[in-house]
Amino acid sequence: MLEVSNLACSRGDHRLFSGLNFHLHLGQIMQVQGVNGSGKTSLLRTLCGFLMPDEGEIVWRGERIRELGEDYHDEILYLGHLNAIKDELSALENLRISAGLSGIELEEKEAVTALRRMGLRGREMLPTKVLSQGQRRRVALARLLVSDAKLWILDEPLSALDVGAVALIQELIAEHLAQQGMVIFTTHQPLHVAGMEMRTLSLS
Amino acid sequence: MKKSTMLGLLVLVIRRDLVLAMRRRADVLTTLIFFVMVVSLFPMGVGPEMDMLRKMAAGVLWVAALLASMLSLGRLFSADYLDGTLEQMMLAPQSLSMLVLGKMAAHWMSSGLPLVLMAPVLGLQFDMSVRALGVLIVSLLLGTPILSMVGAIGAALTLGLRGGGVLLSLLVLPLCIPVLIFGTGAVEAVSSGLSIASHLSLLGALLVLALVFTPWVTAQALRISME
Repeated sequence: MLEVSNLACSRGDHRLFSGLNFHLHLGQIMQVQGVNGSGKTSLLRTLCGFLMPDEGEIVWRGERIRELGEDYHDEILYLGHLNAIKDELSALENLRISAGLSGIELEEKEAVTALRRMGLRGREMLPTKVLSQGQRRRVALARLLVSDAKLWILDEPLSALDVGAVALIQELIAEHLAQQGMVIFTTHQPLHVAGMEMRTLSLS
Repeated sequence: MKKSTMLGLLVLVIRRDLVLAMRRRADVLTTLIFFVMVVSLFPMGVGPEMDMLRKMAAGVLWVAALLASMLSLGRLFSADYLDGTLEQMMLAPQSLSMLVLGKMAAHWMSSGLPLVLMAPVLGLQFDMSVRALGVLIVSLLLGTPILSMVGAIGAALTLGLRGGGVLLSLLVLPLCIPVLIFGTGAVEAVSSGLSIASHLSLLGALLVLALVFTPWVTAQALRISME
């Protein structure tokens, strides 16, 4: 499904990585490892199409992602360091809008159900500026529940989350993989998905 | 779960930006108050000579509207850029130009439209005739959306730069000169008894041109700024 060949990327004059090859098939999960500054985020952003690679190709279902454009965007879900939620809006409004931006019209009931599963019962209508860092991350992660994207690209999904939330994310990833989804992620915390072979890609 | 259409996404972006503008009302009010203050300073500074005031009315109102619209441009994309929403917009399954058009429309409704509604009241300070006031409103209605759209290109190009606000004005103001010329020209044509149609149709043509090209150009500029 996703094939990356001979990928090279640099920021400024600094070459982050080169000659990177990997492929990911349905139901597979891959962790990108590396020290700080090794280019994990840059790799994920390149996979999203935000950054132009210096060399190499990213191919999705046999076509280059540059040429696929919006059709590719429809099939991926990217969650970066930034939560993409607005302080002035409530958790519910934030979730419905971010789902809307990814092309899904969400009924209020569906959004409330998703937020409750993320452990935000009773906080649905509060403006997100009164929520804690971890709760705001949960609002952002609620998008995973309402998305129908095939490929999840998660950059440090576990930052600011407590033990319960980490377990929940592991459960969500396992569900997604069981439905023939794909996940690429980075993390500095241990993340175990039951019954799945975890592939790793090391950047050095 | 339903898939949203292109029009649905456009409406979503406009609604979202208007809700945000309503919750941060101070931003909308500063633009409007700036406009009122600048326009009101002129009669005080120039003195109560009616002929002089009548002659300069259109120019003062238009220049003040131009400067006021610059004030809010810096915020057009920067909040979305800083909290990561812009990344999500670029990954939307519809073209980015469409989302940009939505943001431009919402920006005009929250910063341009209040100026247009306020202008006739301020025009009274300059002893403008009713007909001249009417033409002023029409010219502002046609012209202020162009300011929002051309300004969006500058806002996208200066995204994430330090001191981008001043640079933004330097980039955008020269591009707005044609709008200023035709806008004031229409109002002056009324007082000198000439036809206003040519000025207004040129403004209309500029508006159509901006509608076609600026969303695409802004989307490209945003892609460059995100790298």
